[in-house]
Amino acid sequence: MTHLLPLGDTQFAEATWIMIAKSIVIFAVIFGILPVLTVVERKLIGRFQHRYGPNRVGPFGLLQPLADVGKLISKESFRPENAVSTLFILGPLLPVFSGVLALAILPWGDVKNGVGFYGIDVPIGILYFFAVGSIAFYGLLLGGFASGSKYSLLGAMRSAAQLISYEVSMGLALLGVIMMSGSLSLVDIVRAQGGVWYIGPQIVGFLIFMLAGFAETNRTPFDMPEADAELVQGFMTEYGGMRFGSFLLVEYMEILVVSGIAAAMFLGGWMGPGPGWLDPIWMLIKMFALVFVFIWVRATLPRLRYDQLMTLGWKVLLPLATLNVLVTAILVVVT
Amino acid sequence: MPDDVYVKAASYLDSIDVVEVQRGPEPGGVGGAYRAFGETLRGLKTTMSRLIEGPLTIEYPEEKTPVYPRFRGRHKLHRFEDTGLEKCVGCSLCAAACPADCIRVVAAENIPGERVSSGERYAAVYEINLSRCIFCGYCEIACPFDAITMGHDYEMADYDRTDLIFTKEMLLAEPIERTPLKSEGEATEGAL
Repeated sequence: MTHLLPLGDTQFAEATWIMIAKSIVIFAVIFGILPVLTVVERKLIGRFQHRYGPNRVGPFGLLQPLADVGKLISKESFRPENAVSTLFILGPLLPVFSGVLALAILPWGDVKNGVGFYGIDVPIGILYFFAVGSIAFYGLLLGGFASGSKYSLLGAMRSAAQLISYEVSMGLALLGVIMMSGSLSLVDIVRAQGGVWYIGPQIVGFLIFMLAGFAETNRTPFDMPEADAELVQGFMTEYGGMRFGSFLLVEYMEILVVSGIAAAMFLGGWMGPGPGWLDPIWMLIKMFALVFVFIWVRATLPRLRYDQLMTLGWKVLLPLATLNVLVTAILVVVT
Repeated sequence: MPDDVYVKAASYLDSIDVVEVQRGPEPGGVGGAYRAFGETLRGLKTTMSRLIEGPLTIEYPEEKTPVYPRFRGRHKLHRFEDTGLEKCVGCSLCAAACPADCIRVVAAENIPGERVSSGERYAAVYEINLSRCIFCGYCEIACPFDAITMGHDYEMADYDRTDLIFTKEMLLAEPIERTPLKSEGEATEGAL
């Protein structure tokens, strides 16, 4: 049988219509969660500050995202005079594209009746995540560069500097898990966590991955590319309307993706008590627990300085991650 | 000359116990990272306790901030409860006391049989320009008959300045008690 796409160790091919149906379902579910996530974040941040958060639009403010999107859509998508037009338009599109691509490998459940509960089981799983995740940064860089504005360019430069400071540690943090499970495929990694979740033996890796995840998603305390205080949203300065909206959308999508990867790699993915059909629910619960951590940290920490992130990335996270990899390697070989 | 100053300052410093400021480890490196990690956890604990405490917001248009009993809000004019006569005798002492010059009183003689106030005269015109009033309460203190007091209402915004000139009828009208009052215990406690 010829496969259009490289499949993992599952060694089976699904009918094309099943694949299409799966991708539609994943797309619809995630894009249904995103607006809820925005309102959940604002409400939670409010609660963290003794406030209520949005509660005017609809019951409990649940229709707030509709109002937000309605406002963004009705705004003019303007373009600065000295912007590079093609790149300026490409800027917000690339991150959306890469975010959606990364959704494909999130595992929602094991193979049942010949249908895998995941978009696709890529044999290079984690490498795919890194490859696709880095494309998002080209969007930020292009957007910042093409805007023709000082603030945007500074934001873009910052995001580039940020990228090189955390990406290495992020990869090394996951290396421990990969060595323990002996596979790059996310589905296999989750299967290997039937006994013990990797958050136990790989707690250092988990913490480093989450820290790097904050940087990957441009969230506080590492939101220097945006830095609304000093850079007026950095690379997003010159964007308005739905182009700005798609940058925001991407931020939340990246949070979901990073949470999903962390849940699959460290928290046992779909593993949980109960019948098999609960698997995707368990995955969602774990993802939302991590999303809560993202919001919690945002409500707590101030933005780090530029050099502090560099110091943290190169002087602390990288040696720690390397040490973690070494110790794991020795333990894996010995046992 | 500056050297003298420095020497003096130095000797002063020697005479008192100089306590070295407690500093954490230098930022960067392992010590700094360890300390930062601990402090981060402390911060996370703080925000989590805020989440558990719940919101303190008073949702204003639906829910109003209670005022203290002596809060100086919008003025009220009073009548005698038994006879229904106005307490104000049109003496203009309030207008004289007013530092913002926002009260206008025009007095008139009471006609027997059609008495308006208990005294010889009454206020034919009594106007307070609330756009000028500074809510100092001097009018209340100046009044010999307790005819004018400061009420508790604080929602007086309007679209037109002329609407802010309150006439006698408006000030006499039975106030809609819209403003909640702090209870006895609340009044003695400090904020929060």
